Amino acid sequence: MKALLFVGAAAFGWAFPAAGQTMSHDHHGDMPMAAPSSPASPAAAAPDSDNAKAEGQDAAMSPNGGQHSGHDIHMSPIGDPHAGHHPPAPQADPHAGHPMPADSRPEAAAGTDLAAGDAPAPTPQPGLAASRFWGAEAMMAASHHLRHHHGGMTFRQVMLNLAEVQLRRGKDGYRWDGEAWIGGDIHRLTLKSEGEGTFGGRTETAEVQALYSRAIDPYWNLQAGVRHDIRPGPSRTYATMGIEGLAPYWFQVEGAVFLSSQGDVLARAEAFYDQRLTQNLVLQPRAEANFAAQTVRETGIGAGLSDLELGIRLRYERRREFAPYIGVSWERRLGETARIARTRGEETGGFSFVAGVRTWF
Amino acid sequence: MIASIDRRAFLRGATLGSGGLALAGALPAWALPGSAGIAEGLPVLSGEDITLRIARTTMRIDGRPMHAVAVNGTVPAPLIRLREGQQVRLRVMNELDEESSIHWHGLLLPFQMDGVPGVSFPGIAPRATFTYAFPIVQAGTYWYHSHSGFQEQDGLYGPIVIDPAGADPVLSDREHVIVLSDHSRLSGRAIFTRLKQQPGYFNRQRQTLAGLLAGQDQRAGDRRKWGAMRMDPTDIADVTGATYRYLVNGHGPQDNWTALFRPGERVRLRIINASAMTTFNLRIPGLPMTVVQADGLNVRPVEVDEFQFGPAETYDVIVVPREDRAYTLVGESVDRSGMARATLAPRPGMSAAVPPLRRRPIATMTDMGMGGMDHGAMDHGAMAGMDHAMRAFSNAPTVRKGPGVQTIAPMPIDRTGAPGQGLDDAGHRVLTYRDLVALEPNPDARAPSRQLEIHLTGNMERYMWAFDGEKLSEVTAPIPFRAGERVRVTLVNDTMMGHPIHLHGHFFELVTGHGAHSPRKHTVLVQPGGKVSWDVTANEGDWAFHCHMLYHMAAGMMQVVQVRGGADAA
Repeated sequence: MKALLFVGAAAFGWAFPAAGQTMSHDHHGDMPMAAPSSPASPAAAAPDSDNAKAEGQDAAMSPNGGQHSGHDIHMSPIGDPHAGHHPPAPQADPHAGHPMPADSRPEAAAGTDLAAGDAPAPTPQPGLAASRFWGAEAMMAASHHLRHHHGGMTFRQVMLNLAEVQLRRGKDGYRWDGEAWIGGDIHRLTLKSEGEGTFGGRTETAEVQALYSRAIDPYWNLQAGVRHDIRPGPSRTYATMGIEGLAPYWFQVEGAVFLSSQGDVLARAEAFYDQRLTQNLVLQPRAEANFAAQTVRETGIGAGLSDLELGIRLRYERRREFAPYIGVSWERRLGETARIARTRGEETGGFSFVAGVRTWF
Repeated sequence: MIASIDRRAFLRGATLGSGGLALAGALPAWALPGSAGIAEGLPVLSGEDITLRIARTTMRIDGRPMHAVAVNGTVPAPLIRLREGQQVRLRVMNELDEESSIHWHGLLLPFQMDGVPGVSFPGIAPRATFTYAFPIVQAGTYWYHSHSGFQEQDGLYGPIVIDPAGADPVLSDREHVIVLSDHSRLSGRAIFTRLKQQPGYFNRQRQTLAGLLAGQDQRAGDRRKWGAMRMDPTDIADVTGATYRYLVNGHGPQDNWTALFRPGERVRLRIINASAMTTFNLRIPGLPMTVVQADGLNVRPVEVDEFQFGPAETYDVIVVPREDRAYTLVGESVDRSGMARATLAPRPGMSAAVPPLRRRPIATMTDMGMGGMDHGAMDHGAMAGMDHAMRAFSNAPTVRKGPGVQTIAPMPIDRTGAPGQGLDDAGHRVLTYRDLVALEPNPDARAPSRQLEIHLTGNMERYMWAFDGEKLSEVTAPIPFRAGERVRVTLVNDTMMGHPIHLHGHFFELVTGHGAHSPRKHTVLVQPGGKVSWDVTANEGDWAFHCHMLYHMAAGMMQVVQVRGGADAA
């Protein structure tokens, strides 16, 4: 009956932790009678394996240690970790004076078995306690330094995703596509550049972008800034806005729109995927498409989908920072852009074998 | 990198010869190969006045020279052996060109002596000397390390052993200090930079197409599902054997550091995980271990065959090798990319079979915080919905929403009864936190007056780590406590990696069903997708509170716990 009462009381304590806190002390006298199934006593559900494992292990303990296997010892004052730390009102072990056999289960809730109350948290105070000892100025400077070095540091990276020669019928060419960034986790300055040309000829396309990049969620960055096309001439400058990031299924995706100083609107979408064949061999399929809202005769761009590139590259990533690759790339000018190219007697695209290095530092 | 492959191939071989016992000048005598252990009276630093000199050095690991930061010319730093009840003055001379510091990990001391620059003192300027002075009020196995920059990775760590004022309840004929650590040819700063540039940089155990065709790891369907969530189940450790050598007392696996015993002796091993980033699975094949102490405090003896421990945790175990033969001590990295190896032997120059590395684990739905869910029932459509459920801030109202929070565990579970990531099917007895029961009654058995939930958050794609989504650099106020108040803190791991969480200046009692005999720890490894509760009685001062994965801390997974006394704190 007493046990039943305690279970009820404990359940009450569970529901009203603040009340249970005081009650558990009131019920000390009942504790030996408490049912192991008391809901306030998770210990009752503790696996027996503890004790099973402990059995026969006393060999490892000195005779002295044997004394400790009872629960009635008291902490020596020297061993009290709260010495000098304003210990709370003496609560000691509620089981003090209740010797328990080593293999018995705790008979009632105590210590961490007790439910927590819902007292309010204190208010944070300004300043560091150590200022009393080392001076406020020194501590403030050290605190600033500490915070900067735990989450506020600046990093940088330069990466050439593509740096390759392109072997094809007609004139062999080259191509690059890379970016560099500097900044923290959220705000970065990003520079991008890409372009291509033919050996012995001139650089056909070359552009640079300077962007402010801001992390907007775990995977995506919003980027805005300026793009400048050095080639093809005449050079153009665009305002640009785009996103880049990691899409589900590990696709690296990039998209941007560009508004030129002449009022022309262009857009670009890029995606690639790293398929690991082995730990060192990575197959990277890649696609890039450019669009234009209008035809721009000077630069030979026609309205609509202006060109498309599909490529697949196999790289050897023995060293992450320097990974040589080979692959195939198919580029094609399309629609109005292709028509303009043909009227100028230019190629409209085709296959290339590519070989290059993906490198970063 | 070539070196690491050589070593792994080497380690996968079943047996090792005695190895080149490369004697290195950069090692303390107690850590030299063939050491008979500290019970044999080898040189240590003791007494009330101790001088430590921090300087750069070159150490040899498996015969190769490596840069390091040393104390008194040694890595690990000298063993500091003290007695409970004494006073100690530690004069620390910083001969580096950068700020340094030493934190006395696990010691209860006045907060201004705790050694965290910017929290407890201003740090030790280059070429300056700082004297720590405090009373020793406890006994057990502890350690010390730098709390500045990445010096801990570079070698600034060492063991502390405090003998009890009275008789030691743990009886042994002989003892050895075993300091496990990780060391790289790369500096700590260089490692952190690479992690920020490419978080998967050191993972050389990814899932591959070749693996899929060979029937290894996840099946295609699971790979697709995990890909949809942008979660890599092979992301078990951030920094791996691809760059690390795992060390025992400063020695690589081929150095074969040896601890001596006489058959039949009770040998106490004081095992300290002093690594920067490595959770170790420790075992001695053929020799059961009886755990008698955790984080420096005695526990009821519990016999196991293996235990997992995170950076900064310590366990003392008793082993009784009865045969006249060598035993291998194996400290396997949690991602099985390498191992620390030492030998227990009756005579120097002996070695035993070194087991091959076991297959690395693959993270599960439980590791992602879906512990309560029925995995099999999830079809593809459900996984798409899961993508949103995995980052529902309604499940964690205190977490600040931002790019640094990749996931919020929808159903985190208490994993203190489990043996640790990758050890569920170890096939033998593996220690769990629930196995630990304090030998002595807890000094404070009051019910907590309030509770507090703290989420461990991160984004593995950006290498961002924080408490409650706020990096230390963004935090505006400390976590406030009243001196002497009892608080239940629940740590919820919203990430897919284990985090060893350390509160300075305190022991906290794990809520694992042991009432007034709860195990008391200074560091607790919160398993991926898991949660751990502990009760703590607040000691006055400002205390660092952080993940003991060095680069998680550097990324921002750290806050300050402010404990103020009196009515003014209310």
